[in-house]
Amino acid sequence: MTLWLRGWGTALRRDKYLYLLMMPGLLFFLIFKYGPMWGLSLAFQNYSPFLGFWKSEWVGFKYFSDFLTNPDFFKLLRNTLAISFLNILFFFPAPIILALMLNEVRRVRFKKFVQTAIYLPHFVSWVVIAGICFILLSKSSGIVNGLIVDAGGTKIDFLTNANTFWLLLTSQSIWKDAGYGTIIFLAALTSINPEQYEAAQIDGASRWNQLIHITLPGIKSTIVVLLILRLGTVMDVGFEQVYLMSSAPVESIGDVFDTYAYRVGVQQGRFSFAVAAGMFKSIVGFIMVVAANRIAKKMGEEGVY
Amino acid sequence: MDRSSKWLDVFIYTALFLFSLSTVLPFIYITIVSFTEPHEFISTPVMLFPKTWSLASYRYIMSNNSFMNSFFITALLTIVGTVGALLVTSGLAYGLSRKRLKGRNFILTSILFTMLFNPGIMPNYLLIRNLGLLNSFWALVLPGLATAFYVLLMKSFFQDVPAELEESGKMDGCSDVGIFFRIILPISLPVIAAFSLFYGVAYWNTYFNGVLYINKDTLRPLQVVLQQMLAASAAPPDEASGIVIPAETVKMAAVVLAAVPIVMVYPFLQKYFVKGLTLGSVKG
Repeated sequence: MTLWLRGWGTALRRDKYLYLLMMPGLLFFLIFKYGPMWGLSLAFQNYSPFLGFWKSEWVGFKYFSDFLTNPDFFKLLRNTLAISFLNILFFFPAPIILALMLNEVRRVRFKKFVQTAIYLPHFVSWVVIAGICFILLSKSSGIVNGLIVDAGGTKIDFLTNANTFWLLLTSQSIWKDAGYGTIIFLAALTSINPEQYEAAQIDGASRWNQLIHITLPGIKSTIVVLLILRLGTVMDVGFEQVYLMSSAPVESIGDVFDTYAYRVGVQQGRFSFAVAAGMFKSIVGFIMVVAANRIAKKMGEEGVY
Repeated sequence: MDRSSKWLDVFIYTALFLFSLSTVLPFIYITIVSFTEPHEFISTPVMLFPKTWSLASYRYIMSNNSFMNSFFITALLTIVGTVGALLVTSGLAYGLSRKRLKGRNFILTSILFTMLFNPGIMPNYLLIRNLGLLNSFWALVLPGLATAFYVLLMKSFFQDVPAELEESGKMDGCSDVGIFFRIILPISLPVIAAFSLFYGVAYWNTYFNGVLYINKDTLRPLQVVLQQMLAASAAPPDEASGIVIPAETVKMAAVVLAAVPIVMVYPFLQKYFVKGLTLGSVKG
């Protein structure tokens, strides 16, 4: 014990300025990332803001069983998983395809133009994106429906159609972030040895063959790691996006764990129930990420940690 | 080049061009229409180019006190937040990049854990409430001062800085703080530029924290006010002139103002953020 203390004593004296530099960051993580963990205990209490943490009654897993037997639970689970799986099916491959196409572009200026253009929406807020969608796709005054009518078609209800709401979210995600997602794959593509392509060309391999036998295997490990991580975050669908795009006609289809916890907790003041609902999501999410990372490592990839 | 290869190129260039248009055209369209004479838009909503240019929508927005107020709040938030976040993040990342540091692995693991487990909206809300920060400017600044992922990225950048630089600083009698501010930060400017963009964008786009923590008109961030404007069905009549400004062009002008600072800054920082993002993240 004394040895351990002495070890720390020397380290602190030697690196006191380093620890000083790190202090604000350490305090940040302690207060703003670990501080909220304390709030999780509310899920096991019949918490009343008037009685406070110390006087509120402990109720064990009551709120968890309330939530899991609540008819809303299955609706939330279905919506969350549906949005997530549509994203994995369509949104996940989009940046890979874009990066592969960009990789074939030899005209530097064209490539620069495309990259500048497709990264752009990533930096704009969800409020702006949702606003643009409402303005362009609105049934009454949107230009898209205006053009459809001019071309002799009938107006399409893009924004409040419960049948296509999930697809609307997926298309929006692709539009906003697929371009930005190419960065990581383009970086992986540059690490492929160009000699492989030269050798293949001498052997008379077509561009398609080069894609199948050199390019795809070259970025396979990046794809696998990102896919597994994506699978690990199935419980997380973009909260702001869903919250902003939701409207009364699509509520039954667009309500997910986070929007539910917000509504029940902050708006209705049912703190304990909302903490339990949010915590259910966090725990499942945590298990998924850890499992996904383990699978990545089993497959011989590096994983994220 | 054989024929199928040529067609492949035609396909690739066309597809990429169309996708680029789809990301850029909505911004251009909305900008153009926001400068249209408002009544022209009512009579012909489907148009690509206005006959009469007008600043009416912008004048209307600029005379809207809550919009302008939120614009300045957000500008201040972005400056204070970005500077703060850079100091907090880089200090922590630099310490963690020194392998000799005692407790390094414990701290790294603790930071990583926060990336894997997020307690959720309610516990965060309760924390801010218990700290007495509800309805304060700091409720918008403080929770964004560090992002675990950026700390780890920056740490891997500092790790690659040659050790000789640190040693030469030591020989000249610099403390670790001196080395950090006089040697490490100046040579890391491109990376600092990348992270300023990431943090700056995050602060400028602050929305949900504004909804969650702020319930006071004078403190509402821009994105929250913008969302309220977009949700409102029609603008109230302009009292001075008695003209009813059509909501759509006003909404477009508001969207343009909320997006302009980012659209202006981002192309200049593009080459840096690509570097910042791919730091140590390319495997295989």
